[in-house]
Amino acid sequence: MTSTDQQPFLSVRDLKVHFSTEDGVVKAVDGLTFDLAKGKTLGIVGESGSGKSVTNLTILGLHDRERTAIDGEILLDGKELLTASERELERLRGNKMSMIFQDALASLSPYHTIGRQIGETYRKHTGASKKEARERAIEMLRRVGIPQPDVRVDDYPHQFSGGMRQRAMIAMALVCDPELLIADEPTTALDVTVQAQIMDLLKDLQQEFGTAIIFITHDLGVIADIADDVLVMYGGRCVERGTKKEVLRAPQHPYTWGLLGSMPSLDGPVDVPLSPIPGSPPSLLNPPSGCRFHPRCTFAEKVADGRCSSERPLLEVTDGRGAACHLTADQRRDFFADYAATRSH
Amino acid sequence: MSNTNPLLDVTGLTKHFPVMGGFPFKRKIGAVQAVDGLDFQVAEGESLGLVGESGCGKSTTGRLITRLLEPTGGSIKYRGQDITHADRKQLAPVRSEIQMIFQDPYASLNPRQTVGKIISGPMEINDINPAGGREKRVRELLEIVGLNPEHYNRFPHEFSGGQRQRIGVARALALEPKLIVADEPVSALDVSIQAQVVNLLQDLQRDLGIAFVFIAHDLAIVRHFSQRVAVMYLGKIVEIANREDLYGNPRHPYTRALMSAVPEATADDVPARERILLKGDVPSPLNPPSGCRFRTRCWKATEKCATEAPPLVQVSGNNDGHLTACHYPETTETVPAQRLAESPEAAV
Repeated sequence: MTSTDQQPFLSVRDLKVHFSTEDGVVKAVDGLTFDLAKGKTLGIVGESGSGKSVTNLTILGLHDRERTAIDGEILLDGKELLTASERELERLRGNKMSMIFQDALASLSPYHTIGRQIGETYRKHTGASKKEARERAIEMLRRVGIPQPDVRVDDYPHQFSGGMRQRAMIAMALVCDPELLIADEPTTALDVTVQAQIMDLLKDLQQEFGTAIIFITHDLGVIADIADDVLVMYGGRCVERGTKKEVLRAPQHPYTWGLLGSMPSLDGPVDVPLSPIPGSPPSLLNPPSGCRFHPRCTFAEKVADGRCSSERPLLEVTDGRGAACHLTADQRRDFFADYAATRSH
Repeated sequence: MSNTNPLLDVTGLTKHFPVMGGFPFKRKIGAVQAVDGLDFQVAEGESLGLVGESGCGKSTTGRLITRLLEPTGGSIKYRGQDITHADRKQLAPVRSEIQMIFQDPYASLNPRQTVGKIISGPMEINDINPAGGREKRVRELLEIVGLNPEHYNRFPHEFSGGQRQRIGVARALALEPKLIVADEPVSALDVSIQAQVVNLLQDLQRDLGIAFVFIAHDLAIVRHFSQRVAVMYLGKIVEIANREDLYGNPRHPYTRALMSAVPEATADDVPARERILLKGDVPSPLNPPSGCRFRTRCWKATEKCATEAPPLVQVSGNNDGHLTACHYPETTETVPAQRLAESPEAAV
């Protein structure tokens, strides 16, 4: 069951997810490749419609099978998930891999106590008795820092505050000690002070159990706090990947520059206007040709022969680092230097 | 900041929402103390940021200023005129000068009206007929907010979130207001679009000299947009100062904790500021703690904090206009270092 360095714990290869809708085919994910090792956190950044949530629903097998066309490979600990039967997936979900959603109130059943909802997963996968499941639920609530867990275990979700609900969700996701945890914007609906608590909790739990985490967010600040590796997605494709340091210190893709330039900081210059990305995200029904970012990219004209609009830039990855852009390495270095200069004073 | 003749002068502003209950006859059994004794001023052309976490009363404050809610106590003066309890008729001229931008660009535009109708709505209500007609004015406004004037006859669903928020901005500008209350104007938008709208608002503030009350939970955006910032906690202002003082020298423990919790997009191994993790949740505004409302989560709280509510004053060490409501203000030593962008040699 252990994975070696040669074989990553989770490996996604050239994943394509297309939905058929009344208006046509939505290319939600279009050729995505990444690996994740145990005990590591992969941060996936992107705006709405970039395909980050779809990727993860597909990993868990929670997509609508009738309307989705999937191509590629997802290997979890050597096991192919895309061809797995629903029964096999059911055994894995909640047990070996689990998920935390953004909206904790909508993801918890209002009719059942917190304890029962946490215990249910545990009973299903371990065959434990009701009493054991309750004990386990109390233990999990204690671990995620809910005060008086033996009392609160009988509460209903509406009796919990937003931060406590998110903790209860985490307890539920971790009840079977999963090896892969997918967190889809788990802190977006929370206040910053509570967000800080939840991220600390996730880090502690990861250290304790060696869980592999995929952390989906639109906030580069959150990424800087929690991720080891970063994947930047745009229009269903990965545009840049690398370690956190590489991506945040020396981003190579114009989209990543744009994201960083759009965010004010707490101690940067105040009188410099933000440098937003012009335009708006593409429709995946009818995505732009070539590089999907080219209609919004201020550097597209610097590339000869209009390649940005005709040819898809390949993501060439060496040592886990790469960007999908037609600009040459030298051009990118110069443009980023200019960009950094305008941001620093 | 000019205290002598502010555009908006708020003193002791209070809003308690009654909670009804009991059987068989409903009666008042308590009150949610959403806003409890706020004092602040907004000068002409100035932007005041209101920050705080959910439930701190910042949106209620915005709705009280625009008089969408009736204050329980205190006073609101607009250009010296007391509008605290003014009736509809008295309010009419003031309302055209105070406009609001809402958070949700999907819920705040009528889906059955064209953009032209939405933006000319305020002019119709106030019976304003600009030279050249309302349609011409609407087209001008569309251009000001960066939309195509040709889209006059389109409906809101034909626009993206960022464009809709621009429509909301155009509507707020229709009456040439002096003060705009913007309640989380960008928090529903994607990061790249947020920056577009923030830049637009900043241009408007500069070019048209409009004063803003900018309500947001994002400290970095507030710092970027507002010359002065007030931090709220559980219905009270705990600290107010110009942005350099507030962000460079936060004195209230809550301000400090709030700033330390903001994750920053840097890859430094050492965080720029000491991380303060607050324990627990914000107490219920139904029954707020006695004395200082932050004391239940404060690491410095003593007996005095429980019995005596700290006044919002210029504590020693503060610059002029920097007010802090704390018995044991933080000291000045840790000013976050200016972080310059990483050297470009690291690139590629």
